[in-house]
Amino acid sequence: MSGAALDLSAERVRHPEVFRGKGWLRWLLLGAIFAYLGYLLWLFDFVRVFTDLPRVWVIVRLMVDWTQIGTWDHAELWRSMLETVAMAYLGSMLGMVFAVPLGFLGARNVIPRRVFHFLTRRLFDGLRGLDQLIWALVFVRAMGLGPIAGIMAIAVVETGVLAKLFAEAIENIDRRQVEGITSVGAGFVARLRFAVLPQVLPVMISQTLYSIESNAREATILGLVGAGGIGLRLSERIQINAWDQVAYIIVLILLSVAVIDTTSRYLRLRLIGVANR
Amino acid sequence: MTALTPTDDPAYRLFVQRFGALRRSRQMESALTVAAAVLLFVVAAAWTDFSPEQIAAGLPRIGEYFGKLFSIQPRGAANPEAVLALGHLFGGMREPQSIAYWFYRIGTYASLLWQTIEMAILATALGFGAAFVLSFPGTHTFVGSRSVVLVTRRGLEVMRTVPQVVLAFILVWPFGIGPLAGVLAIAVHTTGTLGKLFVELNENADLRPVDGIRSVGGSWLAQVRLGVVPQVLPGFLSYALLRFEINVRSSTIIGFVGAGGIGQELKRVIGFNIYEEVSAICICILLIVVAIDLASEQIRHRFIGVAA
Repeated sequence: MSGAALDLSAERVRHPEVFRGKGWLRWLLLGAIFAYLGYLLWLFDFVRVFTDLPRVWVIVRLMVDWTQIGTWDHAELWRSMLETVAMAYLGSMLGMVFAVPLGFLGARNVIPRRVFHFLTRRLFDGLRGLDQLIWALVFVRAMGLGPIAGIMAIAVVETGVLAKLFAEAIENIDRRQVEGITSVGAGFVARLRFAVLPQVLPVMISQTLYSIESNAREATILGLVGAGGIGLRLSERIQINAWDQVAYIIVLILLSVAVIDTTSRYLRLRLIGVANR
Repeated sequence: MTALTPTDDPAYRLFVQRFGALRRSRQMESALTVAAAVLLFVVAAAWTDFSPEQIAAGLPRIGEYFGKLFSIQPRGAANPEAVLALGHLFGGMREPQSIAYWFYRIGTYASLLWQTIEMAILATALGFGAAFVLSFPGTHTFVGSRSVVLVTRRGLEVMRTVPQVVLAFILVWPFGIGPLAGVLAIAVHTTGTLGKLFVELNENADLRPVDGIRSVGGSWLAQVRLGVVPQVLPGFLSYALLRFEINVRSSTIIGFVGAGGIGQELKRVIGFNIYEEVSAICICILLIVVAIDLASEQIRHRFIGVAA
């Protein structure tokens, strides 16, 4: 080992740059970052995570105790779960219906006007910039409690998301097919129908399926603000501290999401022949 | 044209026949798919009482919202009158529905927005730390025992599949109303998502440095610290920055269940029908989300080179 150490000192002389320390600036930066994180921990009362831990154990104990399972209203819970999936489906489909024309309008190669393109893109950004939960809260005020507010919230956000994706897909098409159709005298509509649509339809279908899948996940929480579905039942159960049913509903949500994921992957494979989007 | 068409050729007729059959079957398939989608739509709409009448009943109330937003009720006048004049918009704080009137509580919003961002920072940091630690036992190329890998991965999966708003709602009970529950909920979700990505990066890491360190007698910890971490850290940081953007969005809404941040204030003003404040807060949230997106894009380009 002493021989190795001797070599090391020789190497240190020969290549000083390799052995140079990391520099005080770097340590100072790291120290500042950790100091700031420590300040944040103090700011948000992080100690309470440890002092309130007994209260967490109380909940966890109540959650795993399923001896009352016979008394729960299973029919209502399963109905709400199906309602959630229906909300996701309706919202995504409505979003797709609005997004297809908007996507064509927002594509640079369909309407080559810079100002128009800018405006449509900002419109899409605005629709999807606010979270679904915020839209749901607004629609609950307008339309009342129930799944319709949730469907509207999903539809609004999904219109923005899908319109942007569709517009990008349309912008990336192969121009030669459009030129071919144009060369035999096709009009605007015929160009869209026979040159553009066949290229973008698989993308549109797969993205819509994907959005149904992800919205089924999102829709489970929309009920927390009163927009229908399983989330409404969940928030009721949390408010009356029925922790065993809360755990049951969460398991229900996880299972449904897994089922929807698998189905949607199968459908994507079946309809367009690619597994991923 | 007819002279050119070789209709008498049997091969051509066979082609036409087969082409027609194929085309009909494809059209049939598409029609069936569309029919199934429409049928499903109708069934789902019936299930959720989603009808045009319901929409028609609700839409005027949305119009009402914008109507109230851009109108004032002058003293003594019977009907509110619409205002959208420039002079009015810049009319100062005492003029109802001017820009200054909308944002007269901008100080409160600013401090709440800052709290929201701080929640996202802390949650991302905590989630990053936990995911960093958990990603190594979750990688099968580093750990011999299959059960350790499996348990870690299932744990990460549960963490990311429980919706974080639900988790925040539950955590508000033991930890009280306030940002702590929100931070913890986002941190748990971040651990789950980042952990999965980190495991994938670890699996793609080059194993030769690890072998080199093992060959000179380095412990498991030294193999990970000196053989793997230098390879994967840039990827980890880039994913964490991306996650930070998402977490800012999440922390704006997590307040709806009482878990702190601007969401709590938004829920309050929506509940009290304070229209101009609803729009003001929504605009603030939009701006902050866009600003964070742009800033983090800049950072990613500058420090990590390739965008993840």
